[in-house]
Amino acid sequence: MTELIQQIINGLSLGSIYALIALGYTMVYGILRLINFAHGEVFMVGAYAGYYLAAAFGIDAYVSSGREFPLFLAVVVLLLAMLLAAALGASIELLAYRPVRNAPRLTPLITAIGVSLFLQNAGMLVFGPNPRAYPPILREVRFELGGVILTNIKLTIFVVAVALMAGLRFFVLRTWTGRAMRAVSVNLDAAKLMGIDADRTIRVCFATGSALAAAGGILFGLDQITITPLMGVLTGLKAFVAAVLGGIGSIPGAVLGGVLIGLAEQLTAGYLSPDYRDAITFVILILVLMIKPEGLLGVVKQEKV
Amino acid sequence: MYIARRSVLSLIALSAVAFASCKRSGAGGGGTAASSGASLSSEIVVGHYASLTGSTAHFGQDTDKALRLLVQEVNKAGGVNGRQIKVVTLDTRGDSAEAANAVSRLIDVEKVEAVIGEVSSSLSLAGGRVAQRRKIPMISPSSTNPKVTEVGDYVFRVCFLDPFQGKVMATFARNTLKFDKVAILRDVKNDYSIGLADAFKAAFTAAGGSIAVEQSYSQGDTDFSAQVTAIKGTPAQAIFVPGYYSEVGAIARTAARLGLKVPLLGGDGWDAPDLVKIGGDALNGSYFSNHFAPDVATPKAQKFVADFKAQYGQEPTGLGALGYDAGGVLVEALRKAGSGGPAALRDAIAAVKDYEGVTGKISIDAARNAQKSAVVLKIEAGKPKYEATIAP
Repeated sequence: MTELIQQIINGLSLGSIYALIALGYTMVYGILRLINFAHGEVFMVGAYAGYYLAAAFGIDAYVSSGREFPLFLAVVVLLLAMLLAAALGASIELLAYRPVRNAPRLTPLITAIGVSLFLQNAGMLVFGPNPRAYPPILREVRFELGGVILTNIKLTIFVVAVALMAGLRFFVLRTWTGRAMRAVSVNLDAAKLMGIDADRTIRVCFATGSALAAAGGILFGLDQITITPLMGVLTGLKAFVAAVLGGIGSIPGAVLGGVLIGLAEQLTAGYLSPDYRDAITFVILILVLMIKPEGLLGVVKQEKV
Repeated sequence: MYIARRSVLSLIALSAVAFASCKRSGAGGGGTAASSGASLSSEIVVGHYASLTGSTAHFGQDTDKALRLLVQEVNKAGGVNGRQIKVVTLDTRGDSAEAANAVSRLIDVEKVEAVIGEVSSSLSLAGGRVAQRRKIPMISPSSTNPKVTEVGDYVFRVCFLDPFQGKVMATFARNTLKFDKVAILRDVKNDYSIGLADAFKAAFTAAGGSIAVEQSYSQGDTDFSAQVTAIKGTPAQAIFVPGYYSEVGAIARTAARLGLKVPLLGGDGWDAPDLVKIGGDALNGSYFSNHFAPDVATPKAQKFVADFKAQYGQEPTGLGALGYDAGGVLVEALRKAGSGGPAALRDAIAAVKDYEGVTGKISIDAARNAQKSAVVLKIEAGKPKYEATIAP
């Protein structure tokens, strides 16, 4: 029983990270009907940004003297990394997607794959291909409740993920920019006619999604101990499946999908075989596409002919 | 299609011309023909192919440094039968096609009498096939996959094989640590890991122990909490993790985080400074088998460590020590073979017995593998320390 609870807790924290990344896929898809395959690489760059920022703030000195990295610096690292990733996301949109926005649907999709491959290999060149140990931006504290281990990192992941999602929901539903986003997602041309700056709205959408991915990247590094330039490939794909499972375009759906994928993966690894942990995600993808292609919380859009 | 084929043909022709001119300039200083050139030239040319760049760059660099240190010492002491040794090193960039090219070039252009290399088994296989075809003896310093020396009778190695390491850790866990139940966590994407795990399981159960649970992961995984949680539910006294250092480091941290306080056991895939960088304190008290321990007490090893430090300002790795021994075995064989050519040199290497190397006593067996002992290291305060020697 404790083992099952432990696996569920592990699955929840992994799922929260998938959820944070899935939000970026879902937002961009909602607005542009584009699957931004470079999103997994923004997540990777976010993790490395956290790594280098922590080093710049002298985390090595804290570690070697046994002191704790101050919490406010940890928050600064998180926010700066999110900012950098937001800038990266907005630049990708500007340089790679905007020029092909009016091209046939396949063109931006292939561009996205190109950007993704470019960033993976640039990452290997710049950061080096070897896995790196993530610095202890948060010192790990363990709690034990009846044999079940909980760490402050897993709790933080959960809290940060929930807080960022709630913030995003507020942003999309209650602010003017969010309202503009929803308008653009319904109809880009009509939104333009209503005086909405569509370019700016799309840019904000990319920046927000990328910032969330960077937060996910840092939490991932803290939780999973090592990061590599290729970490975004599989994690990004799983988050994409999470977005599809929850209903692509739906924010609560992305969160639900992320958590479900995390749980499915962890329980498969724990009780079936770790060899199937990656396969289960894609089995879910196939099942969703066959049975309920709009996803759990997605809406069926009627095409008018 | 026709045009494409023609351009390919002309490319081949061009490269053949380039190759031929290369060959001429390369042989300029040496003898006239390959057969007589070897015995007439004043220098013995030894080829080394190694990954000097790329993701496994430190493998090749460490080996090359140690090999050059050995050759320098041999030359200072008068060389081999009055002839000086010259080492030519070519970079493989960790790529097996490049390894085959490098060996061809060493034999054709540099006219080497013997080849040393590689670290990675897949590269040694590629290079070994070329050496075998051209009948030039090759010694791999540190490729542990059994297939490497099965290529043919001109391919040797001075290290032990994968299955042996599994046996070593099983013997150590059963007889020294007195464990009854051990869990196995293997990397299913890695033949090395699977080989070690199978050998460990066979030897440990044969010695009266039992395997508590078998779990697996795939190279590149970052989340190991499911496996560790499953192992925690069993009475395992240790976990045998014969993987590579980056995953092992993360597994150790995950185990510590989930409150699983048993030592990890592993093989030479752990031997990298990054292991402790990633695993940190969580690895203290863990054991792994290796070819060499820098703090081992034999005088020859201590002299090697001191000389290496003096020359390069860093401590040698196990791979470096094996490169030194590969060179040592070759020099010993060169002395005995005299000027008899590649076949005599091959026979001399095959006959090496009880050679006192820095990684222990080396005897070449009928399968051209080294019969030698392994060392077990214990990680204490973030540093691997010599713990025991396990004989074959």
